[in-house]
Amino acid sequence: MSVSQTEFQAALLDAQVPVPSGLTDAVEQPAGRRFSVYRNNVAVSLTEAMHQAFPVITKLLGTQNMDGLAGIFLRQHPPSSPLMMFYGEEFPNFLADMPQLSHLGYLPDIARLELALRRSYHAADSQAAPEDALAVSPDAVMQARLTFAPSMRIVRSDWPIFAIWRFNTEAGAPKPGAQAEDVLITRPEYDPVPQTLPSGGAAWIERLQNGETIGGAFEQTAAETPDFDLGTTLALLLQGGAITSVTIERLET
Amino acid sequence: MLDNALRSNRLPAAPGVGYKPQHFAQILEHAKPVEWLEIHAENYMGDGGRPLAQLRHLSEQFPISVHGVGLSIGSEGPLDADHLARLKHLVSWLNPASFSEHLAWSTHDSHFLNDLLPLPYTDATLASICDHIDQVQETVGRQMLLENPSSYLAFEESTWSEPDFLREIARRTGCGLLLDVNNVFVSATNLDFSPQGYIDAYPLDKVGEIHLGGHDEDEDDHGHPLLIDSHGREVVNPVWALLDYVLDRSGPKPVLVEWDTDVPDWPVLREEAVRAQTALERIPA
Repeated sequence: MSVSQTEFQAALLDAQVPVPSGLTDAVEQPAGRRFSVYRNNVAVSLTEAMHQAFPVITKLLGTQNMDGLAGIFLRQHPPSSPLMMFYGEEFPNFLADMPQLSHLGYLPDIARLELALRRSYHAADSQAAPEDALAVSPDAVMQARLTFAPSMRIVRSDWPIFAIWRFNTEAGAPKPGAQAEDVLITRPEYDPVPQTLPSGGAAWIERLQNGETIGGAFEQTAAETPDFDLGTTLALLLQGGAITSVTIERLET
Repeated sequence: MLDNALRSNRLPAAPGVGYKPQHFAQILEHAKPVEWLEIHAENYMGDGGRPLAQLRHLSEQFPISVHGVGLSIGSEGPLDADHLARLKHLVSWLNPASFSEHLAWSTHDSHFLNDLLPLPYTDATLASICDHIDQVQETVGRQMLLENPSSYLAFEESTWSEPDFLREIARRTGCGLLLDVNNVFVSATNLDFSPQGYIDAYPLDKVGEIHLGGHDEDEDDHGHPLLIDSHGREVVNPVWALLDYVLDRSGPKPVLVEWDTDVPDWPVLREEAVRAQTALERIPA
């Protein structure tokens, strides 16, 4: 009796599926509980990977609830690659689709923030642009186009995700308020640093990522967000080493 | 079949340990008697950041063994070309002292199951595994070592013993072998064979590296002991005794201690390496 990997896998991921026949102990009795070692290894190792990937979600929900959710998630979304460092990409949407969690509307965005922090941690190294790269005339600054570090990430949210994240990772952090927060992640060396962006900052950075100039992006952003604070946004990027190059086209004379 | 020029296992016949990032600073300060380190390939397949920076730093001071846990050489289907390319990239970048993988499968139908799953030992699986190993060695450009699994159950359809199966794979592909002594002990207990008998039948001349690790104890439905390869505690005395049995017959080999769950502080892991050192020193000349 031969056992295909399709059969083996189906029984691994669903304890209701009988253990394939053809698997035995040393005296040819059915494998029974011995098969559970593999079932257990798969479930426990993937649950552990979820705990590591989403420590704040785990803290917010409690370990037991997280284990329960991970058990459902790992069967709906087994990893699609052996790179466990990136496991859980579908988790934010999975959380959003859970009716039992609808009263915790911020959870999916917290999960997105945790994913972005991991992506930043493993992103390629890069060299920040020299400190004086933007020490040019104000007109020239407005004409500049920027490229950003691969480790830079932006997570936009209608929830106070940075405050919630900080409250659950940092002793003595202030209690979260009710304001929407967009988060900028930079990685000055090896540890990703999340910070809140001023209102309009995320939209402005995204315009620059699409090739817009500092000035062009500013005009469009200020039209939507009149109090957009360009100076603070630019300072966060510079301090985090997130700007890797500055290109200024020669001005018409 | 592999070109002789590609046989480049350069691990010293000395103790090594599985590298854990929490031990980074202490390893740089107080490694002895640990002379080499092993990493799980998949943990170093990101694009950059601290993992790769630490690895680069360590590789300047220690021979490194790249040990893959996700290639799924025992898959019925083809190997994952993307993953094979990532392995090739890592090995080219690091130029490690050794590269090894498992006699197991972990991916099926595009799902990675994060465990080393068993396969039957038949003429058909032998042919397919040899094709996969040929492909790996050609792509990565060097010899690989293949590790024996820990088994919790047997396949009715198997027609080969595990030592014969491994010997034949090594003969056909030119790969070397990684002998996990704890896995032999675990499988022997679970499936009622003599671990010394397994070693007697095993091609020790192909061994490029030895693994040791801790296991847990459980029982099957009939109250039969069921050992589980957990890598979460000290290596037990009968496994150290089996290591002596191996080294008496194989001569000195690189010996690695694996500790992957409930990872202890560095001095505890280092103490296991001291024990491996003692085992290596007692081999009669």
